[in-house]
Amino acid sequence: MTLSLTLLMALPLLGAAVLSALPKTNALRAKQVALGTTLVSAAVTIGIAVQFQRDNIDLQFVESHQWIPSFGINYAVGLDGISLLLILMTAVLAPIVVLAGWNESQSGRWSTKTFYILILVLEMMAIGVLAATDVFLFYVFFEAMLVPVYFLIGGYGTGKRSAAAVKFLLYSLFGGLLMLASIIALYVLSGEQGGHTFDTQALSHLHMSSMTQNLLFLGFFIAFAIKAPLWPFHTWLPDAADAATPGTSVLLLGVLDKVGTFGMIRYCLTLFPNATKTFTPTIIVLAVISIIYGAFLAIGQKDIKRLIAFTSISHFGFITLGIFAMTSQGHSGATLYMFNHGFSTAALFLVAGWMSSRRGSSTIADFGGLQRVTPVMAWCFFFAGMSSLALPGLSSFVSEFLVLVGTFTRYPVAAVIATFGIVLAALYILIPVQRALHGPTTPGNENLSDLTLREKIAIAPVVAIILFLGFYPSPLLKVINPAATHVISQLGFSDPAPTQLGGK
Amino acid sequence: MKFTTPVLDYAILSPILIVLAGALIGVMIEAFVSKTRRPIVQLILTLGTLLIALVQVFRIRNTTSLSAAMGSVIFDGPAFLLQMTILIISIISIFLIADNENFTALAAALPGSIEEQEATSKGNQVTEVYPLTLFAVAGMLLFPIASDLITLFVALEMLSLPLYLMAGLSRRRRLMSQEAALKYFLLGAFSSAFFLFGAAYLYGYSGLVSFAGIRESIVGGTGNDVFLLIGIAFLSVGLLFKVGAVPFHAWSPDVYQGAPTAVTAFMAAATKVAAFGAMLRIYYTVFANAQWSWSPLLSVIAIITMLFGSFVAIAQRDVKRMLAYSSIAHAGFLITGVIALNKAGLSASIFYLFAYGIATVGAFAIVTLVRDSAGEVSDLNRWAGLGKRSPWVATIFAFFLLAFAGIPLTSGFIGKFSIFSAAYESGAKSVVIAGVLSSAIAAFFYIRVIVLMFFTDSHEDATTVVIPSVLTRITVIVSFVITVALGVYPAPLIDFINKFAIFIR
Repeated sequence: MTLSLTLLMALPLLGAAVLSALPKTNALRAKQVALGTTLVSAAVTIGIAVQFQRDNIDLQFVESHQWIPSFGINYAVGLDGISLLLILMTAVLAPIVVLAGWNESQSGRWSTKTFYILILVLEMMAIGVLAATDVFLFYVFFEAMLVPVYFLIGGYGTGKRSAAAVKFLLYSLFGGLLMLASIIALYVLSGEQGGHTFDTQALSHLHMSSMTQNLLFLGFFIAFAIKAPLWPFHTWLPDAADAATPGTSVLLLGVLDKVGTFGMIRYCLTLFPNATKTFTPTIIVLAVISIIYGAFLAIGQKDIKRLIAFTSISHFGFITLGIFAMTSQGHSGATLYMFNHGFSTAALFLVAGWMSSRRGSSTIADFGGLQRVTPVMAWCFFFAGMSSLALPGLSSFVSEFLVLVGTFTRYPVAAVIATFGIVLAALYILIPVQRALHGPTTPGNENLSDLTLREKIAIAPVVAIILFLGFYPSPLLKVINPAATHVISQLGFSDPAPTQLGGK
Repeated sequence: MKFTTPVLDYAILSPILIVLAGALIGVMIEAFVSKTRRPIVQLILTLGTLLIALVQVFRIRNTTSLSAAMGSVIFDGPAFLLQMTILIISIISIFLIADNENFTALAAALPGSIEEQEATSKGNQVTEVYPLTLFAVAGMLLFPIASDLITLFVALEMLSLPLYLMAGLSRRRRLMSQEAALKYFLLGAFSSAFFLFGAAYLYGYSGLVSFAGIRESIVGGTGNDVFLLIGIAFLSVGLLFKVGAVPFHAWSPDVYQGAPTAVTAFMAAATKVAAFGAMLRIYYTVFANAQWSWSPLLSVIAIITMLFGSFVAIAQRDVKRMLAYSSIAHAGFLITGVIALNKAGLSASIFYLFAYGIATVGAFAIVTLVRDSAGEVSDLNRWAGLGKRSPWVATIFAFFLLAFAGIPLTSGFIGKFSIFSAAYESGAKSVVIAGVLSSAIAAFFYIRVIVLMFFTDSHEDATTVVIPSVLTRITVIVSFVITVALGVYPAPLIDFINKFAIFIR
């Protein structure tokens, strides 16, 4: 059987169909089916990654079928280095999430079976949105994806889950509709210039006035900035991350939000190169604000889940900075950052989820002395925290470094300010580490149990990936670099030549 | 004076004649068939009539004629598509109408009187509703194919009068239902007067009542433009009233709420198709060359209709009223298709009418299922927790709401995309932006209902969902399947519509 993206998308859907045929009472079987499906999908994705030709900058694994011919809409999918990496991340995270959150569907309004159906449908749509090369298809997945997340947060979350779910949905829908307006404009323009199409390649050759291009760029960019989330469009994220189950949060922050930054590269940059240049300074400012603002608010958080959410806002600031620095290092760094952030956030959320489900609270002050009571869990949290603050030797260091280097050559001031984000990161990670793991054991924590075997198995690959890529990121960089250089050169940028101070 | 025999093109008129014949036979059945057997006989007759009419419409799909029935009826591709849509929606709604829980036992009795109680206990049914429906359908079939102002007016009254009556037939809350019927009638009569006034001025402008004649006068440009403007304005008022556009919408929430839900479903879906069908024909053919005079005004009406419908729907506490305001917002989206005034706009409008009509019937069918001991419950607060008690019904309803909201993979999204892109293509950018914004607002209240059903715990006086009868089940399932299918793979229908959507003039 030849591997294809359609097959990859069909697998989770098939798993969901099997799940829906299962009886509601057999929760264990539902979990097994979900785990099996996600594992097979991960295996297929790895197979695709192995077959992927790294030096080829053309789209690979391309499939195209007519979907709605009278509008020029195709079911068209394909991979470049960037989308391959993000799909790989999605497919690897999915079984980890299923395994780590084995029992998190129990507090839900509905059955375990429904939970995993939603997860699998979400996985399928996430792969679809990353693989789509037809703007219309992308939009369909981009919007349809909201529905399973909405039900996952509202149905299985904790606290003010339905309010958080609605907030998430309305923000995203609003952004999505702005994007729809831009897509309609693109469609009409393409019709005026030689036939209706939604093909990303063809659309990138459209002629537009600079005013039109700026407006359409904004339609796309705001949608992605809400998704990513970039300051000031971020306010939905802390609530959603707080209310969602840890597994859902991992998928939400680790995978879905990447669609925002991915979209900036794939659509904002390639479709509207001139508008990108116009808006770059503004976006750099927003990105820097995100980095610093997210970090400061993270320091101030009392709740561990909200803390992680704010750290992510800071990290998404870094990613956006790397994308709009318009250098190949910045781009490679941003893409690698997306991949690494997926795993480091997964580690943080999963361990934080285990901590709070054992303690029955996610307030940082309620923990304390976990190092003594639950050493393995404490070490995992520490490790995840180190990865989040980009300790050298862990994967996020490489990407953060690349982003800053790439930014510095073009926007030195922004890079310098952003570097303060790293200092703040040390604070927002070390403070909770100190309060939760060290110090005297807070009353009520004496009898917490350490990680079970299942949880250890779930976290092990995450830890391994973070460590491995920290020392040896080049397999990924080899996939990313050609794609990143290609995007930059298409935009008409070349990397600034390094200048030598006091040159002779 | 010599009398010329009218030449009638029976083939083209046949769908309408079939429906009218069915209606007349239905009246006979009321008179001659025993009470106990009437419901089933009427149902079979009505369904059969509609199906035969549907087959007949399909058979004449390639016929075009400018002068069927002495130049007062025109038949072309859009006419065929609209008649098909009306008949399909009617067939789906008939199953809902056939569910006897919806109608009063004895319409003539005073609400709460002894006669009424007797009739109810005997298990009486108002089977008159079947012929009434058929008369209304006949009017709807004629409305979009009329090609002079007189025929148009006759068709308008023919479709309206039975609906006024049907609105008053509710089984529960009869006073409210009768109030709704009266309101509908009075405001309808009022708008008919506007319509006639406009028609008179158009006659004054061109000296003719036929569409072709008025069109030629506009192209020639010899008439008095003041007459033309007054004529277009008042004729538009009459049409906009029927589709429920702001500021002529005031009747629709009350009527939607008061009328028996089955009738609301039929009315909301089928009337809209007929009225927009006629609007499309008139604006695309008759007034096309006077675009300067109506397009700006209609754009403003579209914008306020979309925004007003969406905003006011947020405040609704009753599911039927909410759907009424949502249908106002959708009327605004459809007017966008009229403004587009291009081929894409015509195809998009017809697709939208079909998709929206089907989803509307389905949504109202679900409303009839949510009941307590006193009958249907349309108070939204009591829908809380419905997802827990009957997940399937709630899920399907949620799906219809998502279709109204225009979420991808539902028919509503394709409809919205095609209608907005057509309007954008013709340069109506501000209308498109208003449409996109009001979609965002509208999403809010659709989602609120989903929150209520799925994420809110139910109250003590919880409603129950009755197990749907076979008839209602057919309505729900058919509309659900069509809504999904059109969302996932709309290409065949779009191609089919594109093939036929060309007005002849």
